[in-house]
Amino acid sequence: MIGRNIIRFILLTAFQVLVINHIRFGGYVYPMVYVYFILLLPFETPGWILLLSSFAMGLGVDFFSGTLGLNAAAATFTAFVRPGVLKLLKSEKEYEPGLQPGIRDLGFRWFFLYALILITVHHSALFFLEVFGFSEIFQTLYRIGISSAVTLVFVILMQFIFSKQD
Amino acid sequence: MKNLFAFLWKYHFFFLFVLLELFSFFLVVRNSYYQSSVIVSSTNRITGGILNTYSGITDYFSLRKANRILAEENADFYNRLSGAFIATDTNTFFLNDTLYRRQYRYYAAKVISNTTSRRNNYLMINKGKVHGIEREMGVATSGGIVGQVVEVSDYFSRVMSVLNMHSKISVRVKSSGQIGTLIWNGRDYRIGTLIDIPTHSKLNIGDTVVTSGFSHIFPEGIRVGTVQDFRINPGDNFFTADISYFVDYNRIYHVFVIQNLFRKEMNELDANKNHTP
Repeated sequence: MIGRNIIRFILLTAFQVLVINHIRFGGYVYPMVYVYFILLLPFETPGWILLLSSFAMGLGVDFFSGTLGLNAAAATFTAFVRPGVLKLLKSEKEYEPGLQPGIRDLGFRWFFLYALILITVHHSALFFLEVFGFSEIFQTLYRIGISSAVTLVFVILMQFIFSKQD
Repeated sequence: MKNLFAFLWKYHFFFLFVLLELFSFFLVVRNSYYQSSVIVSSTNRITGGILNTYSGITDYFSLRKANRILAEENADFYNRLSGAFIATDTNTFFLNDTLYRRQYRYYAAKVISNTTSRRNNYLMINKGKVHGIEREMGVATSGGIVGQVVEVSDYFSRVMSVLNMHSKISVRVKSSGQIGTLIWNGRDYRIGTLIDIPTHSKLNIGDTVVTSGFSHIFPEGIRVGTVQDFRINPGDNFFTADISYFVDYNRIYHVFVIQNLFRKEMNELDANKNHTP
């Protein structure tokens, strides 16, 4: 379980900085696919591991994107709100021990909502921090919306592609 | 004391979160625009090396060498141009018999990472301190302006692209000679914004905009773009113009780093200007 998460950590960092960062999606689109790692950490992950691993993930991406601290801050924030979001979505499904956050165990609807909320939180933190203010709020909101949508597509695609072998 | 630990443990999730966020903010602030180089730097040998290798793989294999040679030849060529020299005073006796003194030196470099879709875009190039690159050097391609160096490590440099909210470059409208400032509003990577052009001067669609040479970073006359559209914002005495860049920032592979050999002298003079009566 731990090993699988470490592998996912490394692969997602590499995928983000070597593939995604080099694809020019055009316009405002700047997907942050590595959030997938935070989404898929097991439910029973202790809080401090959740925070530290997300921070490390963000920092790792930062090192290769020339945005030191930016992704680290956004990823840590995402990790911080994750338990709250899980509690919020609990009414939909009970988290029995051994369940994994994902489409296979909890259904498409649950995962879609879960991913949508956390990705939006992450991208909002990231893009507002990048502009460091609310001066260009509509442009920033547009940036957040469109990049979140693309990230969400990537995350759901990865669910369908990789969840079967797990 | 025991209670304190119990309290800290009870809310450790929150405290750890605050701690990590504070550290991230510290990094953001220290690493952002114009901060001096830091120990934890995003421009280091490991990340630069990996990006460099990656860029090497993705280069068109057969074109790689040809491109490098071409860029170096171009840099050499720029070094011979009269624009790279400054005329020394001709009315006095010369101790050394050179009529011109070199003002700008060009270094060829390769872009190993680049973004255009963020609000603040940066490039990384494969030349650093050991090659003579310093902070606040200008960066351009043969097509036009690119940005300025903001951070250097031994072998790599980080360049703040003109596609950045912190980028402000002194430019000149070629036809009227008016001086303005080039900024970027973050919308389209092909379009920059020209401000501070007084409305009494004439501005035409299609006018060429070049660097003014006032910033001590860029030589005069580096191409920037053409005026695509302009307007006067309500209550403003200045034109705001959309500039269509000459350079396609999504496709830059080789750049020149421009060293102004007189920059230190010029900056010292600038710093002393408040002493004049």
